[in-house]
Amino acid sequence: MTALEETAVTPAVTTPALDALDALESEAIHVFREVAGEFDRPVILFSGGKDSTLLVHLAIKAFAPAKVPFGLLHVDTGHNYPEVIEFRDRVAAQYGLRLDVARVEDYLADGRLVERADGTRNPLQTQPLLDAIAEHRFDAVFGGGRRDEERARAKERIMSLRDAFGRWDPRKQRPELWNLYNGRHAPGEHVRVFPISNWTELDVWRYIRREGIELPSIYYAHEREVFRRDGMWLAEGPWGGARDGEKLERRSIRYRTVGDGSCTGAVESTAITLDEVIAEVTASRLTERGATRADDRLSEAAMEDRKKEGYF
Amino acid sequence: MVDTATPRDLLRFATAGSVDDGKSTLVGRLLYDTKSVLADQIEAVERASVDKGMSTPDLSLLVDGLRAEREQGITIDVAYRYFGTPTREFVLADTPGHVQYTRNTVTGASTAELAVLLVDARNGVVSQTRRHAAVLSLLRVPRLVLAINKIDLIEYDEAKIADIEREFTELTRSLGFDDATVQVIPLSALVGDNVASRSGHTPWYTGPTLLEHLESVPVEGPDTTAPFRMPVQYVIRPRTDELHDYRGYAGQVASGTVRPGDEVVVLPEGHRTTVSEVRTSDGPLAAAGAGLSVTVLLADDIDAPRGALIAAASDVPEVTSEIDATLCWLAEKPLLPGARLLLKHGTRTTQVIVGTLGSRLDTETVSYAPAPEKLEINDIGRVSLRVADPLPVDAYARVRTTGGFLLIDPPTGNTLAAGLVGDPLAAVPAAG
Repeated sequence: MTALEETAVTPAVTTPALDALDALESEAIHVFREVAGEFDRPVILFSGGKDSTLLVHLAIKAFAPAKVPFGLLHVDTGHNYPEVIEFRDRVAAQYGLRLDVARVEDYLADGRLVERADGTRNPLQTQPLLDAIAEHRFDAVFGGGRRDEERARAKERIMSLRDAFGRWDPRKQRPELWNLYNGRHAPGEHVRVFPISNWTELDVWRYIRREGIELPSIYYAHEREVFRRDGMWLAEGPWGGARDGEKLERRSIRYRTVGDGSCTGAVESTAITLDEVIAEVTASRLTERGATRADDRLSEAAMEDRKKEGYF
Repeated sequence: MVDTATPRDLLRFATAGSVDDGKSTLVGRLLYDTKSVLADQIEAVERASVDKGMSTPDLSLLVDGLRAEREQGITIDVAYRYFGTPTREFVLADTPGHVQYTRNTVTGASTAELAVLLVDARNGVVSQTRRHAAVLSLLRVPRLVLAINKIDLIEYDEAKIADIEREFTELTRSLGFDDATVQVIPLSALVGDNVASRSGHTPWYTGPTLLEHLESVPVEGPDTTAPFRMPVQYVIRPRTDELHDYRGYAGQVASGTVRPGDEVVVLPEGHRTTVSEVRTSDGPLAAAGAGLSVTVLLADDIDAPRGALIAAASDVPEVTSEIDATLCWLAEKPLLPGARLLLKHGTRTTQVIVGTLGSRLDTETVSYAPAPEKLEINDIGRVSLRVADPLPVDAYARVRTTGGFLLIDPPTGNTLAAGLVGDPLAAVPAAG
């Protein structure tokens, strides 16, 4: 059996493997560079939240010392915290990145969209997003989605083809082999790209600590007037406030995700440093979406259904 | 979830097994026992289990995320799961055992450093086990675990488990696996025997629990004996006054190590030059190994566009337009000789004409059968290919990254096949 000996799968002499954060960073940079090499008009979806801020940081590292060869797009529901919008604009200006903003409120003003009975505008983002993609002819759209967020997201590819309607078909996904990404698409179609697919919430926070990345202040504990609904702390805003029986109280809270103010809840917290945030995330018995996203609780397959319509 | 101050490494592993071997339950058990399942996820599963009229929580619901999966109680597609322990982080490619078995196992195995293959202790090694083991060997997954599941259902019968182990070891030897890379663990995912904690029912078993093994198995770092390879992804040219002449070749080191001063060849043209600097945005490096995304600067001003391969001058891959390869055919549309397709290798995509089909792997008997007329979904077969532009290729058995490629359907853009240069299953005999 000499043939057998020749092909034996023997571990070769090795040097130590990359540590987990280095491996994740290298993978994300690889994805950014692949897209820059293969697509004509990529864009980064940037909300000012921690995941998309991480994307901008990784993109800058991928192309340094040259500029990032694409711009930013934000779908603004009109229900965002002023601190986050200020941060969004400041980051774009600081790195000289073009920022396009698609506004849900423009659609509400001219009747293309109508306000939902429950007041949330998260599902209303899909149409402005798809319109902006079509208008700018973006062919690759980077998102900060991570597979650990949600069961439907766990099935998402790093490069995921969307049809001319922006739809995701989980049954027709291309197999992703080695680090060879197939981004081919027909005119009118586009590809959603998730460079931090393999990161967990804790990886994100550890990396933010390691790299010293600035975030909007609402990620750290601060006092705010909030009321309790459905087990979450919600703040008052243009989207409404406490209803019958819901009492406004001043609490020390922070946000784990940044999204539409009407459906993004805060968690009680005293964590004002990165170490404290990491300790809190480590000890948490709730996932970030379960704890703070009302729209994911709408049904068993809420995220999957929205993704099929073109949502992120 | 765990956080420690010291950097931890990352183990990417995959599961494989037939439909009712309890794969989802094992994955659910691993997540549950490492406290990676949080209260709201458990509550969601409990709620859904009650809705379905079940008396105990169905752990498979933790992993079956799509509507159609929950409706049919099956897993449709590969899903990725994340968990950590104080020593290591894990990325788990959870592959379905159903219908499109080879396709999904190939996908999960292509990035895995270890695969957990499940069998039902009542059935032992079945044809599906042989098929999966052959695919894992073909893709050169470095390490294998055989999880003999449901041992509670055979009354923890030591002799029966020893029989399964013997049969499996014979199989992996015939596929070229070194015994040191194969671990057999008897366990029960449902009860929790030998998954995260040692079972009181198997005093005769002296090996590690599954979790202990996953935590302690060496993660394959960069292979220092492999030659340096780096496909050029993107040329970084800042075009600013102070960086007027800066031209950096960006890429992820595919194999080996690169250091300033190394002699390299830029392929396919074959220009020789020297590496003047290896850097990331954090600064210059003394060396970079496989897996690291870097920027390489070269001493001479030569043409190295996206699609080029920078390789060690001391060990240059063959540049050829005739490639003998093994294909895992992943698409519904069959492959016929003469097909005109696209081939993606590294960062280069080129046209390819499929020549003759060679032998096809009979995954039932794990032997090579005579050439078929066409390759159909889930088939593994040998082909000759003619590419429009000569490509620098390594044998897959030697360098996993520069030996692998995709075949793509030009009209739809769909990925049709995973291609492996050469014959990574050379140990497998011909049928008859």
